Amino acid sequence: MNITWKIGGEAGFGIMSTGLMFSKIAVRHGYNIFDYVEYPSLIRGGHNVYEVRVSDSPVYAQEKKADFLFALNRETVDLHKNELKDGSIVVIDREKFDVNSADFPDGKVILYDLPLGKLTLSVGADKVMENNVALGATMAIFKMDLAVLITIISEIFAKKGEEVINKNSKAAQAGFDYVTSHPPKNFLLTLPKKKASTQMIIAGNEAVGLGAITAGCKFFVAYPMTPSSSLMHFMAAHGQKNGVVVKHAEDEISVINMAIGASYAGVRSMLGTAGGGFSLMVEGLGLAGITETPLVLMVGQRPGPATGMPTWTSQGDLHFVINASQDEFPRIVLAPGDAEEAFFLTVEAFNLADYYQIPVIILTDKYVGESHFSLKVFNLDNLFLNRGKIVSWEDEDKVEGYLRYKITDDGIPVRAFPGMKKAIFTANSYEHDEYGWSSEEAKDRVGQVERRNKKLETYKKTIPDPKIYGESDADLTLVAWGSTKGPVLQALKDLREENYPKKVNFLHLTHVWPLPVPHLESILSKAKKKLIIEGNSTSQMASLIRQETGITFDHKLLRFDGRPFYPEDIIIKVKEILS
Amino acid sequence: MIDNVNLYQPRSPTWCPGCGDYGIWASLKNAIKIMNWDLDKFVIVYGVGCSGNMTDFIMSHGFHSLHGRALPNAEGIKIANHMLNVVCVVGDGDCYGEGGNHLLHAMRGNSDIKVLVHDNRVYGLTTGQTSPTSPHGYKSKSTPLGVIEYPVNPLSLAITQGASFVAQGFAGDITHLITLVTAVLKHRGFAILNVLQPCVTFNKVNTYTFYRERIYKLDDKHDLRDREKALSIVSDPGHKIPLGIIYQVERPTYQDQEIVLQQGPLVKQIIKNPSEHADLLAEFSEVEKESYHMAG
Ligand SMILES: Cc1ncc(C[n+]2csc(CCOP(=O)(O)OP(=O)(O)O)c2C)c(N)n1
Ligand code: SF4
Repeated sequence: MNITWKIGGEAGFGIMSTGLMFSKIAVRHGYNIFDYVEYPSLIRGGHNVYEVRVSDSPVYAQEKKADFLFALNRETVDLHKNELKDGSIVVIDREKFDVNSADFPDGKVILYDLPLGKLTLSVGADKVMENNVALGATMAIFKMDLAVLITIISEIFAKKGEEVINKNSKAAQAGFDYVTSHPPKNFLLTLPKKKASTQMIIAGNEAVGLGAITAGCKFFVAYPMTPSSSLMHFMAAHGQKNGVVVKHAEDEISVINMAIGASYAGVRSMLGTAGGGFSLMVEGLGLAGITETPLVLMVGQRPGPATGMPTWTSQGDLHFVINASQDEFPRIVLAPGDAEEAFFLTVEAFNLADYYQIPVIILTDKYVGESHFSLKVFNLDNLFLNRGKIVSWEDEDKVEGYLRYKITDDGIPVRAFPGMKKAIFTANSYEHDEYGWSSEEAKDRVGQVERRNKKLETYKKTIPDPKIYGESDADLTLVAWGSTKGPVLQALKDLREENYPKKVNFLHLTHVWPLPVPHLESILSKAKKKLIIEGNSTSQMASLIRQETGITFDHKLLRFDGRPFYPEDIIIKVKEILS
Repeated sequence: MIDNVNLYQPRSPTWCPGCGDYGIWASLKNAIKIMNWDLDKFVIVYGVGCSGNMTDFIMSHGFHSLHGRALPNAEGIKIANHMLNVVCVVGDGDCYGEGGNHLLHAMRGNSDIKVLVHDNRVYGLTTGQTSPTSPHGYKSKSTPLGVIEYPVNPLSLAITQGASFVAQGFAGDITHLITLVTAVLKHRGFAILNVLQPCVTFNKVNTYTFYRERIYKLDDKHDLRDREKALSIVSDPGHKIPLGIIYQVERPTYQDQEIVLQQGPLVKQIIKNPSEHADLLAEFSEVEKESYHMAG
């Protein structure tokens, strides 16, 4: 069972909150969801569309054709009329605009007229509550349990009081009742309550924020930039209660330097930005590198360069974040494929940053950051915090002969913090000796560079193996990283369900720098055929894999138009290769 | 207790003989001694320039930043541990040019950091190009025909943008400078001390003699809280150069107003075990029969 529900209209209607409410409704009916939203870089007047894919089995990505379209304006019909299945239902309010079946050249659709404006007025609800009429109507169309929506409404407006809750509930009831007494003809899809929900709903950026707070992040600093701003909003809304100072700094250069300052002084620090903001931070990244100050950065990719396409998705910054800064120093880059990985990798990022005293970048994008996933509630029990080698505050006056940048076997020196009685040192942006005094001596330079580099050699021994999905002796191995995970998993699932006779498996990379080379080599060298799927125009991961292993890809599926991959396109490509 | 031995380090300064930086260095070390600060009480954040090279001539907790970025580093440090006194040693190019935006916003928030600007009106370390405080028409390697822009006025900028302590000193008068640096270190809130610092190697215009002919000290009658007066003093067109504390008010610092810091220094606040964050997780839960609550 698989249903895609979609709502489109002008920004300002509350499409985002309506969509998320439908996701919650579906999950509380016992289903799985994945939702995806498209919107332009405008506050009012632009076209917004929100789609929720619902299934009784796990769902990983959006699909091209919808079963249900709520068109709040004519533009929605024009833009999405070719993205409907045969027998899909299209809900419109004929008082606002009219369409007829000739508007849908692709197939037969059921047109349903819902007097949205009138119904809202009739129960004395405000125009802003139209979305609840729409949701109520939706629920009647799918024969769902309206009580679920009423509960959600009372949760959302708990702080606003009875009256607001009542008005909104009445609006929902009005939509529901209207459809119940005017049922759509020939629409057969239903979403009856299946079972008690055991899941949570979370977007990637929220999961990163949750991970940061769980990891003991005490300072979060950012400058707004899509698609990272929702992380900043999450941290700002939760900072006070969780003891996190959240700072909106004057620019990204300040952002990274404040984060470095706070981390140097001893607290776990994180920043959030997009590729453009990260561009401004590059010199600061080097400062974290040479001073060996732990730092966690979330970099949300969007199509660029420069301002690019702010509200769309991309995987175009892989090489950039791996190579950003002059000269060389170690860093780690992690790329979550969904909200669950976003959460656990963020906790891991803080531990890695502290342990190796290096910057760790969580590379996300609009697709994983803003889409919602239904997942089983994260298990916090096995998580631990590792702050690495540090002089503890209890020992601050016991240290003798402390050297911050001491040459060690594993490359990792012991950290101390300003404010400590002993363990004095200089954190120096100039190359330095073991104490931290500036030095241009060849022996200091070589010693420090080699020691810093050694950290990554130490780390490489611990990189977890990439996950393989599907059988081992496949006819075709798909390789993707970060957010492309969902569409590939969905494609595999759909292929399985249609009993596609050939064997296809999938290697997904989350630890994208440094790469887990030995495991990659062992899998890819045995693969019969290989297809790389990534969201950029030059197949950056493919060249990275070739650089690190010598292995090349015979097939590529690339997308860089700002849209995510669709499972349907992956399936077509797979069949083309294996035909 | 801090003494000369504590602040001593094996290297002797590499500044040109006669450079004003020596006077600032001596004043800072003396002021720290007067403040009776132990090594666990302060950290110095240095910008990049001849000025910032002081990093290697003081042995204390120190952070040698990037060119222009000492202030945001210092603000981050102060947020993480507001019990620490955070002092910035920066240059005019560093703080008024490369890092000008940071200065503006740190002042706006009255962030509790203390900024000593070595204002030599040139870029010393990069061999003498014009700087944001060079006089109009100043000829340098980068402006052989004379600089077109007029200099920034850091003092009026500071007074109008929210600094709660604004002063000016002269590197050629160490006794006076020590009292000013001490006052800076004592102040709570954003404090800026612009030190007129002759660069004997590259700036042949703003020399010790140039300053001695123009400086005057503000007298005891000067009302530190009088903003209008302060502004008129620093914008004197008669080319007289005021020395002393020009403006000082008390107002809540950024750190005073950051609610999370009321629980004590961030660096000393407890870090919960990850499993203790179940309440936060509950916010996302759609699990039936649980008391879930959502952000409204
Ligand atoms: C990003 C960056 N740009 C340029 C430089 C080169 N640089 C080093 S110091 C300096 C200017 C120094 O002038 P000022 O800040 O006035 O300090 P002074 O040397 O005069 O004390 C410049 C341009 C640098 N280190 N970093
Ligand atoms: S170049 Fe100028 S500022 Fe730099 S050390 Fe020499 S005299 Fe001082």
